[in-house]
Amino acid sequence: MSPYWRTQAVAFVTILRRECLRILRIWPQTLFPSAITMTLYFVIFGSIIGRRVGLMDGVPYMSYIAPGLVMMAVITNSYSNVVSSFFGAKFSRYVEELLVAPVADVVVLLGYMGGGMIRGLTTGLIVTGVALFFAHLEIRHPWIMLTTVLITSATFSLAGFLNALFARKFDDISIIPTFVLTPLTYLGGVFYSIRVLPPFWRRLTRFNPILYMVNAFREGVLGVSDIGMARAYAMMSLFLALFFAAAYVVLRRARGLKS
Amino acid sequence: MPPHADEAPASPPALEIEGLTKTYAGGVTALHGLDLEVGAGEFFGLLGANGAGKTTTIGIVTSLCRKSGGRVRVYGHDLDREPAEVRRLIGLCPQEINFNLFETVEDILTNQAGFYGVPRRAARTRITRILEQLDLGAKRRAVARTLSGGMKRRLLIARSLVHDPRLVILDEPTAGVDVEMRRDTWALLRRLNSEGRTIILTTHYLEEAEHLCDRIAILDHGRLLTVGLRRELLVRLAEEVYLFDLESAAVGLPPPPPGVRWRTLDPHTLEVFVARDTDLTALFLRLAEAGLRVRSLRNRANRLEELFLHLTARTAEVPVP
Repeated sequence: MSPYWRTQAVAFVTILRRECLRILRIWPQTLFPSAITMTLYFVIFGSIIGRRVGLMDGVPYMSYIAPGLVMMAVITNSYSNVVSSFFGAKFSRYVEELLVAPVADVVVLLGYMGGGMIRGLTTGLIVTGVALFFAHLEIRHPWIMLTTVLITSATFSLAGFLNALFARKFDDISIIPTFVLTPLTYLGGVFYSIRVLPPFWRRLTRFNPILYMVNAFREGVLGVSDIGMARAYAMMSLFLALFFAAAYVVLRRARGLKS
Repeated sequence: MPPHADEAPASPPALEIEGLTKTYAGGVTALHGLDLEVGAGEFFGLLGANGAGKTTTIGIVTSLCRKSGGRVRVYGHDLDREPAEVRRLIGLCPQEINFNLFETVEDILTNQAGFYGVPRRAARTRITRILEQLDLGAKRRAVARTLSGGMKRRLLIARSLVHDPRLVILDEPTAGVDVEMRRDTWALLRRLNSEGRTIILTTHYLEEAEHLCDRIAILDHGRLLTVGLRRELLVRLAEEVYLFDLESAAVGLPPPPPGVRWRTLDPHTLEVFVARDTDLTALFLRLAEAGLRVRSLRNRANRLEELFLHLTARTAEVPVP
């Protein structure tokens, strides 16, 4: 390996390690809340309301919503990890440690994306553990499940990175999760099959990237989905590529980082 | 052997700046075609009032700020064509605290080394040495926010050294540091320079620049006002100002000898303006004849400060086009 790439490899591991330490240092903020929130979802939507709903796509409602809730945790945690970590570095100016060093932009991006993925996947595992107390889950297609969760966490880590690059104040990092991410997640088929929606809303929902992610993951876990897998993978790959390209271009232009 | 001892004779300049311009988005021009060269192994001072362009210059050289025009080369490597190599050669100690206050001293340094490609194991040995040099060894596992102001400043210096840079740029490294620590920092900087590292120092303490720097550049409103060896610059001062402490009150002060001006600041202190190289014996005699004995004398201010004020005041009278 050339000295340049050795430097990049060490830098990547360093960013990733720093992100992991951050996640562990503030674990009550990073890992714990999702377990509480998802337990409440299971109790309210699953146990109380779910009994009245009965089956959804031939699956008990509690089991039906479990994959969606896991994905919800993965999405919000991947996003919020990167947006808060990178914006914090920008706000406190220790991002300059990276800017003065010979670290390639793509390595900075991959490092933060990796950090977001680690937190997203860890909370996904925690929520899966919580789900097993409430629902019976059998993994039907492990590769679909695994690739979907990886693509999803990567995509939303990149989205968080973009948000952090554009953000100028702390308000700016909470606007997107509140007004965009949460509605998209709720409307992305976490709690229902889009087959129950009226035609207009069903068509509109197809523009929501989370729909493909939740359904692909549900296919992997339960073997049921509203969307064909070829289409789901195409859309997920498209969104991943779009977010990666956008984040890389904005970082390369050093928007919000260099005057 | 000093780490960079092999670079002395044939090494390209540590820093070459040609026609550097910077206009910020708001239209403010911070640099107007700056030309500057810093030789390898030099201890170089970059002086100027607030807004003179020092931090912008440093920002561009260290990749924290984009230039609008001009060229920057570090040890012969062009900033535009080889940015990674340029960054690898520079260690920056910034003016403001810019590390993560929630990380430990060791993590801050290990991470910074990692960003420069230094693996953790190699970094640990280096960090131990640097922390000992900066008297921070006992704080290795301390969280940064628990450090005192002076310790945080030293941590910034330590961080700039972890990747063993050939050019160290320090932006006001002793601001807010107590006198003893300032002297220790000066000793460290001198040692780093004696090991072959090039040092570029910006400071508001002109005494510091006069004490440490071999060559000095003075910037004003984004332009290079003057650059030269410290002693050459100081020769330009045509006048020295002394303060005489008188044993008794200056009653019956005689007129000064030709070429000398004086005035009383208080009954026991006389401010004396004399041409450079004036023999002071005649002054003492004149005062003694009037029954005034000089108990001690000192410079009113350090000489560099006078030169700085003299030069910047002169340019302030010239309208900037």
